[in-house]
Amino acid sequence: MNKTKYWIGRGIKNIILIICSLFCVFPLVWVLIASTNASVDIVRGVLVPGKHLLENLKSIVEHYDLLGASWNTIKYSAVTTIASIIVCSVAGYGFEVYHDKWKDRLFGALMITMMIPFVSTMLPIYQTYAKLGLLNTTLGFILPSVSTVFTIMLFRQNSRSFPKDIIEAARIDGETELGIFFKMYVPTMKATYAAAATITFMNAWNNYMWARLIMSDNRAQTLPMLISNMTTGHYIDYGMLMLAVLISTLPTLIVFFALQRSFVEGMTGAVKG
Amino acid sequence: MIMKISMKKRQNLTGWAVLTPAVILIVVMNFVPLFRAFLMSFQTGRTGKMTFAGITNYTRVLQDSRAADALKITVEYVVVTVPVIIALALIMAVLLNDPRLKLKGIYRTCIFVPAAVSMVASAVIFRSLFAADGFVNSILVGLGILQNGYNFLGHPTSARIILMIVRVWKMLGYQMIFFLAGLQSIDSGIYEAAKIDGATSLQQFFKITVPMLKPTMVFAFVMSINAAIQVYDESVNLTNGGPGNATMPIAHYIYNTAFAGVPNFGYACALSMIILVVVGTITLIQMKVGDRRE
Repeated sequence: MNKTKYWIGRGIKNIILIICSLFCVFPLVWVLIASTNASVDIVRGVLVPGKHLLENLKSIVEHYDLLGASWNTIKYSAVTTIASIIVCSVAGYGFEVYHDKWKDRLFGALMITMMIPFVSTMLPIYQTYAKLGLLNTTLGFILPSVSTVFTIMLFRQNSRSFPKDIIEAARIDGETELGIFFKMYVPTMKATYAAAATITFMNAWNNYMWARLIMSDNRAQTLPMLISNMTTGHYIDYGMLMLAVLISTLPTLIVFFALQRSFVEGMTGAVKG
Repeated sequence: MIMKISMKKRQNLTGWAVLTPAVILIVVMNFVPLFRAFLMSFQTGRTGKMTFAGITNYTRVLQDSRAADALKITVEYVVVTVPVIIALALIMAVLLNDPRLKLKGIYRTCIFVPAAVSMVASAVIFRSLFAADGFVNSILVGLGILQNGYNFLGHPTSARIILMIVRVWKMLGYQMIFFLAGLQSIDSGIYEAAKIDGATSLQQFFKITVPMLKPTMVFAFVMSINAAIQVYDESVNLTNGGPGNATMPIAHYIYNTAFAGVPNFGYACALSMIILVVVGTITLIQMKVGDRRE
């Protein structure tokens, strides 16, 4: 009796998970298949891979600056990620390891920025950019997302588990503050760095509103903008569109799966704290 | 003694020095523009030609029926998507946290994959699936359920529902990862003890899992609400706000006010101040609620 109940329970759990997995994965499988088919077949509802992949690639390259947009997106995201993890990890370390009453208060004040919607600040930033010539530049793209309270908090919370005695011991041994940070802190915080890098990279890669606002020059446009442009015409080539979606998604997928384990670990530390 | 104090002082200074770049960037990219947006909300016109306008922008907001509609659409969107995402993500995380479950990695990967897809790409995928000549319609017609394709994105109600589905699809796995991380930090001994005391799975869920995940959940609510209130990428790329303005949320409306047609930065800033107040209020309430229960 109890055993049947147990198996029914297991069955229901698995059915729920299967339905949910299919809901999440089907649209992407469809993208994968559609990117190899011609638009007419996709519209007809074909669900088997076709032979149109190269044609689709050819149409993208002929009509759009795929290479340029890819390069821009890689450049903006990589620079944002590197700058952000340097600035935020150092700050998170500072807020926790050297913490005192005033630094804690300052951090509390910075937390307010989590409540500020980007639409409320983007117009003044845009105006300033127009004046300073930062429109259509990498620097302009990265500036708002380099230092975020979220990433600083991730490092600050995770720094709690970093043993303070070791720092004291190293200081007595004559290690400099900089040496402690680079030789001891950075290597032990790999998971946090992975989590921060994954989130920052994905956000930068997928950013659309900000890119659309400041990247008016065609040569500065990003992959999300390119995909968006493909849907503005009257006739949509679904094969080409889905291949572009696939191309724009692959890098974030790779980054995530490469860093998956540390990502979850880094997140766990932050959530616990 | 003197040595010690000077060393303490030096450490303290090092602490401030390493904070400075991050703090300056946050101030320059958040607080300064916010203050300028507040000032601009009392002006009218566009870059270079802004003139003082008193509170006219704010009185105009009150009479703007399109802004009211946009706000209503946004609230509806947030109220539906956020609880659905969090509830589903929590359920999936709890199911996946079962140590006896097989194929865990496959399920987790499947559910998480959409998180790696950009909002723009997500919207474009669903736009293609639900287009009048799209995949869903061709299947429905093929199965004989529909005579002709239904224009899902051309009707206000179905368009709004699909806009919501896009967010649920994309954010479910992302949220689930946070909950999974939280669940893994709960000591499994607590569950063992509860089981010995005869607690059912449902009781374990509400008496152990939910209270233990409270900090994670408060954080998840704050982050998801703030993100959903600013919905823009999806509405631009799924329906471009249409049909009519049936799927134009407030951020989209603000963007259009600032750049499309007759650009009006001052009025857009006044509108954005209203979102700010809404987001701020919700966040504060949630922080209070989160604090009290701990």
